[in-house]
Amino acid sequence: MSLLMRSGLFTGDVGGKMLIGILAVAAVVVPACNLLAPPDSTFYLSTYTVTLLGKYLCFALLALALDLVWGYCGILSLGHGAFFTLGGYAMGMYLMRQIGSRGVYGNPDLPDFMVFLDWDTLPWYWLGFDQFWFAALMVVAVPGSLAFVFGWLAFRSRVTGVYLSIMTQALTYALMLAFFRNELGFGGNNGLTDFKEILDFDLQADTTRCALFALSAATLGMAYLACRGVVNSKLGKIVVAIRDAESRARFIGYRVEFYKLWIFTFSAILAGIAGALYVPQVGIINPSEFQPLNSIENVIWVAVGGRGTLYGAALGAVLVNYAKTTFTEIMPEVWLFALGGLFVFVTVFLPKGVVGLLSRRNSDGS
Amino acid sequence: MAAKNWFDRTRVYDAMIDFENLVIDTTHGQILYVEGISVSFDGFKALNDLTLYIGDGELRCIIGPNGAGKTTMMDVLTGKTRPDKGTAFLGQQIDLLRMTESQIARAGIGRKFQKPSVFENLSVWENLALALKAPKTVWTSLFARFNGEQRDLIDETLAIIGLEAERAQDAASLSHGQKQWLEIGMLLVQQPRLLLVDEPVAGMTQQETERTAELLTSLAGERSVVVVEHDMEFVRSIARTVTVLHEGSVLAEGPMHEVQQNPRVIEVYLGEEC
Repeated sequence: MSLLMRSGLFTGDVGGKMLIGILAVAAVVVPACNLLAPPDSTFYLSTYTVTLLGKYLCFALLALALDLVWGYCGILSLGHGAFFTLGGYAMGMYLMRQIGSRGVYGNPDLPDFMVFLDWDTLPWYWLGFDQFWFAALMVVAVPGSLAFVFGWLAFRSRVTGVYLSIMTQALTYALMLAFFRNELGFGGNNGLTDFKEILDFDLQADTTRCALFALSAATLGMAYLACRGVVNSKLGKIVVAIRDAESRARFIGYRVEFYKLWIFTFSAILAGIAGALYVPQVGIINPSEFQPLNSIENVIWVAVGGRGTLYGAALGAVLVNYAKTTFTEIMPEVWLFALGGLFVFVTVFLPKGVVGLLSRRNSDGS
Repeated sequence: MAAKNWFDRTRVYDAMIDFENLVIDTTHGQILYVEGISVSFDGFKALNDLTLYIGDGELRCIIGPNGAGKTTMMDVLTGKTRPDKGTAFLGQQIDLLRMTESQIARAGIGRKFQKPSVFENLSVWENLALALKAPKTVWTSLFARFNGEQRDLIDETLAIIGLEAERAQDAASLSHGQKQWLEIGMLLVQQPRLLLVDEPVAGMTQQETERTAELLTSLAGERSVVVVEHDMEFVRSIARTVTVLHEGSVLAEGPMHEVQQNPRVIEVYLGEEC
């Protein structure tokens, strides 16, 4: 019943409380273990681990965004990686401009790859990216407006189901092909890398890494609360209503396409923010992030965690990526098979994901 | 035509119209004017020059064999299907054929589907709350709260449809008959002027059917109700005026006892059952 019956944000949301609790603890403990614990202590976490965990949190945010549209509105987007990567590129462009004259070619106005391509002026769409506020605005605005335009065209024409999924897949594939081209001015297949500083903080410094981790945790927490608020609001109920009986919703007077458009755009913005937090931590953004496989992996995270729960999506992203890290260290060539197997397993045996399994255990026990 | 309208400074755009509060002009006693509507699907004429008037506050039953065009007629009136020709007006001024499904719903036509169609993963209470007559834009929904008056209306409706005990349950857990009732309840809180009800008693028990008949009869007067039904027993129990559709147009119209005597009606429809 939630908000409709005047109760709090967390009523009945045990998973959500746990997620927020874990994030709050991690945001303090993980940096402390890295900065304060001596390197030989059992509590010490290497900077590599901190960055890796920060990366997981960015993926968790992306999964959260995807769960909002897929789990609650039934829009299976196979192209959410596109919004993530665009947010990442916006941040990458800012980091690129921060390098200034410290690049290999020492050109104060142009990033290295432009000097290499013999360009003599900065393209117009790079203007403004030397300002952090402008880049931050673009992190939200670029994925948001792409989702708005794409969604407007698709939802108004009542494209649904598998056709919509294929179109989102095509969207991210087209962007990948475009960004691979040097002429586009985003560094071609090398992408953007060699970042030095963010807001004048050294990106290689442990303190910066820890701050980025804490920021990722805080952002994920806030995004979770925002999503929970949306899902509990009347709008959230309408979105579920649209998922379950679209024409019924239309015949009681809701403009279904506007609701889908809103939730899709909101989700794309969250994905963009996730990308922007991801890039300074991994230190590179290139067109391969657009590849359809990544977007499909996002869907698997959500499915594994449990769709339509929000916290399940976040959990799924962390679990699958932890498995991926472990697997690719031991047997890199098996990973894709393992991922495919995992998807089949979850679809057949765990239709509600890991979260569904846990809650079933709980209700059996009590 | 459409392109010219873009530049017409006297044009009233949809965004400027408050569909919730359209005034339905029934000064001539009719709420629905359907004239000369034809619809064809791949050459098959589902509706053929259909002309039909529904009086304000009337309870009208529409019967007819399968394929007579009953559901297609409802699709046209609710904006789901666009007719090839003809006109359909709600009151004297509201042109239904220029409006979308959601605009028509907000202007005051409620529709119950043949198959019960409720929001399975929402509670009974939420199902009704979403159907309430209220602003239905995205932003108002994001920050919407329900006031006492709306809660009272939902509670009253729960009592009418006999689902007070089930208010917190998911709609998916209801029986078939209860879902039908919930959907009728959703129509009620929408407060439409005209209800289009497609086979309301399909799959209901005898008792449920009787209660549905009572409810629909009590609604007529303050609202207009159009019922499409196959169950002749049910039609006899509620109908004052019956319209018989056949091959997409009106075959006969009048009080039930007269229609039953009509030889052509007996031939095409009643003959099969009587």
